[in-house]
Amino acid sequence: MRIKRLGVVAIAFAAAGALTLSGCAGGTAEPAASSDASAIVSTNGSEPQNPLIPTNTTETGGGKIVTSLFAGLVSYSATGEIQNEVADSIESDDATTWTVTLKDGWTFTNDEPVTAESFVDAWNYGALLSNAQSSSYFFDDIVGYDGAADSELTGLKVVDDKTFTVELASPEADWPLRLGYTAFSPLPKAAFADMAAFGENPIGNGPYMLASDGAWTHEVKIELVTNPAYDGVRKPVNGGLSIVFYATQDAAYADVQGGNLDVLDAVPDSAFQTYQSDFPDSYVNQPAAVFQAFNMPYYLAHWSGDEGKLRRAAISMSIDRKEITDVIFQSTRTPATDFTSPVIAGYSDQLKGADVLEFNATKAKELWAEADAISPYTGTFDIAYNADGGHQGWVDAVINSIKNTLGIDAVGKPYPTFAAALDDRENEKLTGATRAGWQGDYPSLYNFLSPLYQTGAGSNYEGYSSAEFDTLLKEGAAASSVEAATAKYQQAQEVLLKDLPTIPLWYSNVTAVWSADTVSNVAFGWDGVPLYSEITKG
Amino acid sequence: MLWYTGKRLLQMIPVFFGATFLIYFMVFSLPGDPIAALFGDHPPSPAVIEQIRAEYNLDEPFFVQYLIYIGGFFQGDLGTTYSGRAVSDVMAAAFPITARLALLALAMEAVAGIFVGLVAGLRKGKFFDASALVVSLLLISVPTFVIGFVLQYVFAINLGWARTTVSGAAPWSELILPALVLASVSFAYIVRLTRASVSDNLSADFVRTATAKGLSRPRVVTVHVLRNSLVPVVTFLGVDLGSLMVGAIVTEGIFNINGVGGTVFKAIRLGEGPTVVSFIAVMVVIFVVANLLVDLLYAALDPRIRYAK
Amino acid sequence: MPSSTQGRQPHFVAALEDTPIVAIDRLDETQKASSTWSDAWDSMRRRPTFWISSALILLVVIVALFPTLFTQTSPTANCLLGNSNGGPEADHPFGFTRQGCDIYARVIFGTQASVTVGLLATVIVTLFGIIVGSLAGYYGGFLDAIVSRIGDIFFAIPTVLGAIVLLSVLPDRSPIVIALVLSIFAWPQIARIMRGAVLSARNSDYVNASVALGVSKFKILIRHVVPNAIAPVIVIATVSLGTFIVAEATLSFLGIGLGGGIMSWGNDISQAQTGIRTAPQVLMYPAAALSVTVLAFLMLGDVVRDALDPQARARR
Repeated sequence: MRIKRLGVVAIAFAAAGALTLSGCAGGTAEPAASSDASAIVSTNGSEPQNPLIPTNTTETGGGKIVTSLFAGLVSYSATGEIQNEVADSIESDDATTWTVTLKDGWTFTNDEPVTAESFVDAWNYGALLSNAQSSSYFFDDIVGYDGAADSELTGLKVVDDKTFTVELASPEADWPLRLGYTAFSPLPKAAFADMAAFGENPIGNGPYMLASDGAWTHEVKIELVTNPAYDGVRKPVNGGLSIVFYATQDAAYADVQGGNLDVLDAVPDSAFQTYQSDFPDSYVNQPAAVFQAFNMPYYLAHWSGDEGKLRRAAISMSIDRKEITDVIFQSTRTPATDFTSPVIAGYSDQLKGADVLEFNATKAKELWAEADAISPYTGTFDIAYNADGGHQGWVDAVINSIKNTLGIDAVGKPYPTFAAALDDRENEKLTGATRAGWQGDYPSLYNFLSPLYQTGAGSNYEGYSSAEFDTLLKEGAAASSVEAATAKYQQAQEVLLKDLPTIPLWYSNVTAVWSADTVSNVAFGWDGVPLYSEITKG
Repeated sequence: MLWYTGKRLLQMIPVFFGATFLIYFMVFSLPGDPIAALFGDHPPSPAVIEQIRAEYNLDEPFFVQYLIYIGGFFQGDLGTTYSGRAVSDVMAAAFPITARLALLALAMEAVAGIFVGLVAGLRKGKFFDASALVVSLLLISVPTFVIGFVLQYVFAINLGWARTTVSGAAPWSELILPALVLASVSFAYIVRLTRASVSDNLSADFVRTATAKGLSRPRVVTVHVLRNSLVPVVTFLGVDLGSLMVGAIVTEGIFNINGVGGTVFKAIRLGEGPTVVSFIAVMVVIFVVANLLVDLLYAALDPRIRYAK
Repeated sequence: MPSSTQGRQPHFVAALEDTPIVAIDRLDETQKASSTWSDAWDSMRRRPTFWISSALILLVVIVALFPTLFTQTSPTANCLLGNSNGGPEADHPFGFTRQGCDIYARVIFGTQASVTVGLLATVIVTLFGIIVGSLAGYYGGFLDAIVSRIGDIFFAIPTVLGAIVLLSVLPDRSPIVIALVLSIFAWPQIARIMRGAVLSARNSDYVNASVALGVSKFKILIRHVVPNAIAPVIVIATVSLGTFIVAEATLSFLGIGLGGGIMSWGNDISQAQTGIRTAPQVLMYPAAALSVTVLAFLMLGDVVRDALDPQARARR
């Protein structure tokens, strides 16, 4: 069977995931009567952490902007399907060597044509160790990658202006699925001359471009206008974006109320109870690709081996996720039933063993007693969290739920900064659980599993290692069809449900409001970011 | 007077080194690797982190880092933030806004506080005095985020008299509402201080003399009572300038102001030594100059105070 | 009130009892010299405000020391989300927090940490500030320069920011640690104000007179200058007490407040922030407890200040 079909199947399958997305949207999406194609839509953002270089942008503040400025080989639809942008086709016979052909007519905003070299050079730049790009590990499965020394991605070969080939270290059936991530964007030649200057005034090929040189006012906002040369699937129906940076979501919310901001993609805690009445016809509350949980380190007494397994299951079953998401989050979180997210194709709430994620006081007490029979528990159970991230509310609620169910001493443990929490985690000085979260880089089960639980993976902080899980993941990656891959990934998650290296809590929703007076047709992507190009204003 | 001023400005040098050293050391001692924390739950490879650490000299011992910073400082290089921006650019953006905000707040709290305090002091024990006490109490015990939220909701969202947040350019008119919030806490101090001073001075000899001389009541109050009551108030205003400038973290957050407080707070959380120290260094200069002005004002306000040499 | 009678009188004629002729004419050497401090006590105990505020403060201290005398409900156990932000009911007079905990119990149990932070920080800052400020203002010169510059170093680092950094470094964040950290960055304010007040008091007639009489410099400082200069410091100190308790709320809000689940008014106030639109009553009770405490100290401060000020005392 030719793997070429794979992409097509993937799209069909991903569309099924779309069903979970519909529903909660508030109000009626009436088409704008008099949309002004030149009007600028204002929306919230945050100051990018780094200059706007695609391979060095891993956080959402910069991500929003880079995605608007650049068009990669593919982009994601609202439901997380890949749709071709610059790519004409991405094909492979063996899921190892991929041939990419580009469409004609694409140019950067400085009129330089987008060629195979634009991609190959950009990816090589991103992967080179001495360039210290935060996304470099995204290229680690391409032949030639070296995380410890400078090396060329020898697996990338330019065939001609419109064609290049990619050789992977091992077969990966869903490799094209990741290509919509910002790190895989092309770069014009001008970028390599002075990357720092380029990062201030990037030249892209995406639906939007900078309104002018210096359109980025640091810590204030960035002004984007429609790129007239762009002719891809995200062609804007508005005149541009004004992305205003906010230090707090409360300020942004006040601005939408005060008529100074059109679209806000994150409603603050303090408005969870009121956003639906404040914006009766213009809100949305739907799942997004964010998974939240907490981890238990194995090096602590009582938390390793069989005893640890029993205790983790007991803790998990003593948390009333439904009540916490209803009361504390006012239904802006969705209780977890797996380790991924409902917006990802292949998500399931029917995994074998998923009942461990349901509140069951009797069973929880039984399991805890069983563990106590092995070795009686002493001390206080704590959950560490960084206090600068607004986690106290739910941590306290989870703590109370555990305390009330198991009758043990439990307490939340705030760290002043993420760095301090990370330090104790790396030095194995934790005294209890730690908050954990994962925002999907691209819509794939693999992206929610491999970086977090595979032996030795980058974000596998607790050092979980399961041969069974690793094998299933590898089999999934190399599977010849998406169905087969998904089945393997789901089996892999069933292993996780038994071991509970992390205790899943819930998925973050995208909870957004907009000004019904000024904008319409506001919808949100799988990643919780507004589909900017579809917003009409006027 | 000139000699005194010059001497005080020279004394700024040890203060400058003391404060920058102290703050640099404290930021250096913050637990955790600031670079690793930049990436949240998606860390890059350890080799990449090592490279970035080296770029910011974080792999050097403390004294070397401090000397590198001070060396750069005297060549006009204040270092860079972890976002790659020159710290001097960050300061140039934040200080003018904060200066406007702090001056507005200072003016508001001074005018309103001294007026209310004066009236309360003159009518000690009366209704006005009691009301002033209640209002001050409220302002002290209700946290800034509540005052800020309520004022923003009432004046900006409901009545539409002001913009909900402050736009990038931060013109004076948009800063009035945040300045009001900022001034509210210090207002209580100034009312209490003025009231206490005024009621003391009402019975002072010079007031009795002035009254005995037949001066009109308003003249006695404004010229003799008020002027002599201002010494502690002016002192307070001088020291309050600092907290107005850097302590406005919560107010800046509510009104989305790109000011000094929020910037320094963010830099502390990120562990950005050069940013924190550069801001504090400028604060030291502002501080010393403000307090010098206060000391010079003492002499103008109270003829009994004179500076020898 | 003397000030009002004075106000209505266009020409002031000194009352006879203000300047007893005997006092000027001869010196009674057998009588023990009246001290400012014992005079102050005599004057204070005659004022009802003194007793009211003292009673309030005593109550707050008793609540802080023995919370279980006032409630049998646990502030941390049996917090049910079903009661989230619920109104008052039997046995729960103030209703429930967002987490479903009993507000009354939390206010009672939060007293200890809040009062410890507020009181301890105020005492440290005031004592240290008075000593340093009066020495600097009174002796001037080199001592003044050194002390003022050290103060500048600490004062250039604003209290909350300094506390953020220092508390991030310290592993243990008990009420005592928080009070000490706040004190480190707050003392220069009192010191500067004391210095300013001493500067203006040291040149007054009674000081000059004492100097002329040959009283030692240090004795003059203790007996005459400090009591006359202390009024603004007491005002600031009593207001500071409240702001220290609120500062602890801000620190909790920023994530470096009291650690290990220690309850405090500040902590509860900052946690109630999310409910500010929908459940303001949750915020009201700890804030009210804070207000009453601060009020008690403000009133006491007023009385003490009046009592220490010989001129104000003379008016009664």
